[in-house]
Amino acid sequence: MNTSIPESHGDVAPGDELGPADVPHAIRGYLLGLALATLLTCVSFYIAQSTLVWQPSIPIALSVLALAQMGVHLVFFLHITSGPDNVNNVMALAFGLLIVMLLVFGSLWIMTHLDHNVMPMERMMRMQR
Amino acid sequence: MSAAAETFPGGVAGGGLALGSRGHAQALTEEPAHGPAKRIVVAYGFWIFLISDIILFSALFASYAVLTDATAGGPTGRDLFELPTVAIETACLLLSTVFCGFAGIGAQARRNTLYYGSMAATFVLGATFVAIELHEFATLIAAGAGPSRSGFLSAFFALIGCHGLHVTAGLLWLLTMMAQVYAKGYRDDIRRRLLCFALFWHTLDIIWVALFSLVYLVGVAPR
Repeated sequence: MNTSIPESHGDVAPGDELGPADVPHAIRGYLLGLALATLLTCVSFYIAQSTLVWQPSIPIALSVLALAQMGVHLVFFLHITSGPDNVNNVMALAFGLLIVMLLVFGSLWIMTHLDHNVMPMERMMRMQR
Repeated sequence: MSAAAETFPGGVAGGGLALGSRGHAQALTEEPAHGPAKRIVVAYGFWIFLISDIILFSALFASYAVLTDATAGGPTGRDLFELPTVAIETACLLLSTVFCGFAGIGAQARRNTLYYGSMAATFVLGATFVAIELHEFATLIAAGAGPSRSGFLSAFFALIGCHGLHVTAGLLWLLTMMAQVYAKGYRDDIRRRLLCFALFWHTLDIIWVALFSLVYLVGVAPR
């Protein structure tokens, strides 16, 4: 049904010439990404310093905002989309994310447990005396 | 929906035009040295490298997360981090990433002004970022909060410093790409390298998003 270039992102085929008429369109895509990223960044900086959000939940809120901004970067700057022509790129990224999650949360989990179960040095010293 | 065209990160929807209705594998064997297939393979390989780089950062990040409270009685993030500086750094890197995108558009359209102008803007903003970060490091070390002060600061310098080194390497690559386009023009192989450079630069900004949110902002947030 559709073997021509989908024009949804204002980008071109690899190795394809981009007509001058397409330049403003492509630039607009990046500017939209810039606007969204700026908005998310400003919200992050605001939340970190304000009492707007319940304090213990601030790290979670900042993580969610960071994830959203990474998504904006991926879509608008790296052009990673959910289209069928992008499956390989998304799969590689998904595998990378799996490893990242295992590394970060695995480390935190194990080290927190160790922290809990290993006696603090001062107490050990006191017992040896 | 016939023959979904292969694309690559950073590039975009569209090998379809040149690959037509042939499959990707077939196209690979028929166009071994050039054309869209080569561009897709190069960009995909570089994408895999970038993901491994992200994993490298996540290891440094995990060690930072584990060591945040290991301050050994020394200063904490709340005492050291200055958000206005971080905000300027963030703005520099975000704008430079957008200019890097403009440079890619300029190269595709073979518009010298757009290409060289955007690359120069990218360089200036990236160099400003590195300069601010070096100044921040120098201030910390002068205040006795160097990497040897505590586990927290070791992890902090390793993580932020590794990102800074990447940006510095990216700046050298950027100058190389300007020189290569100047010397050789917008050849296919040069534009493939440009595509990889753009992917690298955008990815550094994605990593910076994690750093400024989870290192600096969480570090100073009220607890």
